Amino acid sequence: MGILHYLVLSALLFAVGAVGVILKKNVISIFLCIELMLNAVNLSFIAFSRFLNQVNGQIVVFFVMVVAAAEAVVGLAITIALHRARNTLNVDDADIMKW
Amino acid sequence: METLLFCLFGGIASAAAINVVVQRRVFYSALSLIICLSAIAGIYMLLEAAFIAAIQIIVYAGAIMVMFLFVIMLLDPFSSSALQDKKKSLGFIGVLLGTVALVLLYSLLKSYDLAQVPRNMEMSQGGVTALRILGSALFNDYLLPFEVTSVLILVAIIGAVVLAQRRT
Repeated sequence: MGILHYLVLSALLFAVGAVGVILKKNVISIFLCIELMLNAVNLSFIAFSRFLNQVNGQIVVFFVMVVAAAEAVVGLAITIALHRARNTLNVDDADIMKW
Repeated sequence: METLLFCLFGGIASAAAINVVVQRRVFYSALSLIICLSAIAGIYMLLEAAFIAAIQIIVYAGAIMVMFLFVIMLLDPFSSSALQDKKKSLGFIGVLLGTVALVLLYSLLKSYDLAQVPRNMEMSQGGVTALRILGSALFNDYLLPFEVTSVLILVAIIGAVVLAQRRT
């Protein structure tokens, strides 16, 4: 079991998440795919941390999780505001910055 | 044994991740993502990162995803058509771009030589010692970023309250 296995799994998850961001029309689906991409990157950080015997990767993952939590909170608040104002969650219906 | 567990958790994580994208109902996507995150936590355990695996389960699969599910249920996923994905016109381009990204990432990874990177043997003891090293690094070397994240979370809380409040 080398590091390459973990990195390939990470790349696979990241690619799946990127495809989801492109394909999906729903705001919450896009959020879920972004979370998936963040986790793929976290996985490669942990793999490097293990195979290089360094603690820094785990600390970066810790901070990524905190930022992901903050991002999810603000994003879901925007989603609720969007649903209240427009009664839609389709990103194609919300393509202007101000209304 | 490690290979077997890696194949098990990696297979579950990949299948659940693909299901997140394929699934048309957001609620099922979110449930599938919870399975994927739990499988990734198992891989973290394989990589001897027990603390990260624990907070992956507690914070990610627990708190963040439950908040997602709250919002999805709040917006009434099964009756309104707002939460169903519409016709996918970009499907072909999306899959093509994803494949190109995967091939590029793989070729990049193959050319990477791990032996050239300087090593630091501080983490090699494992167990409680590794956790102690993680804690001391977090509260000594990374103390300022750690404090700044608390400000970030405060800003996120205030922002969420301001954004989601009902304007009269």
